[in-house]
Amino acid sequence: MPYTTDQYEGMIAETITVQSEQGDRIHAYIARPLGPGPFPGVVLVNHLPGWDEFYKETTRRFAHHGYIAICPDIYCRVGHGTPDDVAAQARSQGGVSDDQVVADMSGTAGFIRSLPNSNNKVGIIGTCSGGRHTYLVACRTSGVFDAAVDCWGGNVVQDAEKLTPAQPVSPLDYTKDLDCPLLGIFGEEDQSPPPEQVAMHEEQLKLHNKDYQFHMYPGAGHGFFYYDRPPYRQEQAMDGWGKIWEFFGKLLGN
Amino acid sequence: MCTNIAENAYINGWGKGVDGWFNVSQVCVSFDHPAYAPFEHAVNIDFMNIQNGNMKRVAVELDTESAKELIGLLESALAKGKAQKLT
Repeated sequence: MPYTTDQYEGMIAETITVQSEQGDRIHAYIARPLGPGPFPGVVLVNHLPGWDEFYKETTRRFAHHGYIAICPDIYCRVGHGTPDDVAAQARSQGGVSDDQVVADMSGTAGFIRSLPNSNNKVGIIGTCSGGRHTYLVACRTSGVFDAAVDCWGGNVVQDAEKLTPAQPVSPLDYTKDLDCPLLGIFGEEDQSPPPEQVAMHEEQLKLHNKDYQFHMYPGAGHGFFYYDRPPYRQEQAMDGWGKIWEFFGKLLGN
Repeated sequence: MCTNIAENAYINGWGKGVDGWFNVSQVCVSFDHPAYAPFEHAVNIDFMNIQNGNMKRVAVELDTESAKELIGLLESALAKGKAQKLT
């Protein structure tokens, strides 16, 4: 239902903790509409620069659009400080492990479903390294997510020499296990992932008869949604957001 | 970790952060997205001191040409120091 100015609006946004499927608890930023719902849920996987203002704002944006949105701090175990300091520390440690991210996101989805105003449908979205994580999680979980949005996730196609102890398997290798519909948003001028890797990814999705839609935007590079960074491209970003609202609305809506 | 290019070493030196000087015991040099510099990728140099989960950091984010120039300056300064028998 489109917004009209006579509608009541309200949301609550705060830091909470969620339980990872590993058993421990991590910080998470939740933004949710006020009201009985039922509301769909979205889990946001933060990008390399950390659990930062962009991700908190985006979490609130989802709540504004009627979603129970939660962004767990995937660097919570690394330590605490300014987001860029913590991200630097995580990077110096080789990043967080894929297994840990899968466990954190699964636990967060379970938390959303436990809320009395959840409609029991949960999507997942991430940008940059969070896009890679989103795809990985969507492939490595079953019955947990109902839709996934990968925004320019680099290293979904991960060459053998780029595998690390924390990232031991290329996400592409899990494609046959992809468990929910996928929306991909990419920029034609991106270097990570470059268009040829996106094409390789698409080839595998077709091979395994997966439900997906990819959108490759001309005139856009890496991170073109980031309104605080030079790569921001207004026209492409707004069209991309339109695709996301349509995709999640169809698959997660009541 | 978008590129997975991050080189680490334990070092010994001092850096100046917002709270003054501190011992830097670790350096991470990555070629990855910067947090602040207006480039898609940068050579990010993080001089760090990590103790009991607390980190102090001095960070720089350089474009590729600047990073290459820095390498030359380091080598040049070291060579001159060695020539003067200072090392």
